[in-house]
Amino acid sequence: MTLQPNDRVAGVPESGIRKFFELAEERDDVISLGVGEPDFSTPWAARSAAIHSLEAGRTSYTSNRGMSDLRRLISDYSRRWGHDYDPDTEILVTSGASEAVDLALRTFISPGDTVAIHQPNYISYRPGIQFAGGEPLAVPTSAANDFVLTPEALDAAGASEAELLVLCYPNNPTGAVMTESEIRAVADYCVDNDIDVIADEIYAALTYDGDHTSIASMPGMRERTIVINGFSKAYAMTGLRLGYALGPAAAIGSMNRVHQYTMLSAPTTAQYAAVEALRSCDDAVTEMTAEYNRRRRFVLSRFEEMGLDCFTSRGAFYAFPECGGDDEAFAEDLLKQEGVAVVPGRVFGEGGTGHLRVSYATSMRELKTAMNRIETFCRNR
Amino acid sequence: MDTKRELLSLLSTDARESTEDIARQLGVDAATVEELLDELEAEGTVRGYRAVVDWDNTDDQHVAAFVELNVELDRETGYEEIADRIARFAEVESLRLVSGDYDFAIEVTGDSMQDVSRFISNQIAPIPEITQTVTHFIMQTYKEAGIDFGDRDDDDRLSVSP
Repeated sequence: MTLQPNDRVAGVPESGIRKFFELAEERDDVISLGVGEPDFSTPWAARSAAIHSLEAGRTSYTSNRGMSDLRRLISDYSRRWGHDYDPDTEILVTSGASEAVDLALRTFISPGDTVAIHQPNYISYRPGIQFAGGEPLAVPTSAANDFVLTPEALDAAGASEAELLVLCYPNNPTGAVMTESEIRAVADYCVDNDIDVIADEIYAALTYDGDHTSIASMPGMRERTIVINGFSKAYAMTGLRLGYALGPAAAIGSMNRVHQYTMLSAPTTAQYAAVEALRSCDDAVTEMTAEYNRRRRFVLSRFEEMGLDCFTSRGAFYAFPECGGDDEAFAEDLLKQEGVAVVPGRVFGEGGTGHLRVSYATSMRELKTAMNRIETFCRNR
Repeated sequence: MDTKRELLSLLSTDARESTEDIARQLGVDAATVEELLDELEAEGTVRGYRAVVDWDNTDDQHVAAFVELNVELDRETGYEEIADRIARFAEVESLRLVSGDYDFAIEVTGDSMQDVSRFISNQIAPIPEITQTVTHFIMQTYKEAGIDFGDRDDDDRLSVSP
């Protein structure tokens, strides 16, 4: 047989989201609450800067690590989370935060390494770990504990033996955030057990009722953490594919070694958009965040009214209610009967079963209709 | 942002939401929203609630013009007195004192160009303090009150994504 995938690739199943995507595509009256990206367009100033860069013919590669202006602006921007990274040696601009995650996994995992990931979680970490030759170790979190990762949960899962932890808060799919003291407890556990951390903080700017705390700002963590962030969620730039990694110079240097041979540099047009985004789009981000926050309160209050248990998510743009039964059947029936698409929680791993991921990155008008339909569906079920 | 400020920002995007829906979005009860609305109205912060109409999509004749007004003040008459006299006309949609080459910028509406012209020449121009008027008929509206008339807001995202 020709062109057979290797065991690592063959061992990774197709994404569970795929099926719902196909079901939702079959009809055109669907309101989708299954979307993992902003409904806003990239702020015009950033788009306009990208257009201008194209008109001026700025279409060559940039430096491997990204344009120096951009790295300087990222360094300044990151100070709001208590970071201090040198733009010349400690920042790497990537093709989306996804590339940064993949680079980190490929750079720091040795074959057979154990990599702890809290569950439920974004669907790409586990395959990424497997592609890199690592062994994923699931660490369950639960609604009873507001989907927060604790040292106790890490310990119970056997994470003390892990080489690496992938941490994602604010979390996709739950919308959970972690407070400073909760982050500190996990940080202490990592220091005590000599665990490195890949902290995917792509939703950091979308934190409501409080501030995001980065694990890299905790004592003893800077030297063992790669912080990943990007422009997709905060600046509504998903399709422009631009993210970055922050970390100690030697670690970023190692990631850059993979990056320079595989990607060369992140998309140039997107880098120009990002420079402008950081220079002038703070107000737009504030406005979008305020709008998400209103929708969040609306959705949570509607779930409460219809009697669906839903913990108070405080980040990203997801709510994660319990559906009181089989989440996959619920999601499928809801789509077929009422034309509302949500993603069954089990797709996101252990602890997700029995829940639904409901994205509120959709206009208030659509959200209102969708919530009414879900209410009707629940009443008839 | 405090709740009152947030209510204001919500209303300035969409004033037609029900009190219940506003309450859900602000995380307070409906009675609180009613109270804040009363306050905002009583203190004169919220002056009214109106639809943003694209008249080109109706069968009605609707003509609007921006008019520049130059005025000459004297000891007895200030901007306030002149503004008050102009604002009383129902035809005047908006009236602002502006910096620059002229004094007042007003928007006037009517059923036809003739209608608007007649109003300017019969009612506005004769006001003694007004020394000059320049009328700009509006030919096409692309955006009004923050709403882009060209934007149909098509959602081209994948219906389900991670």
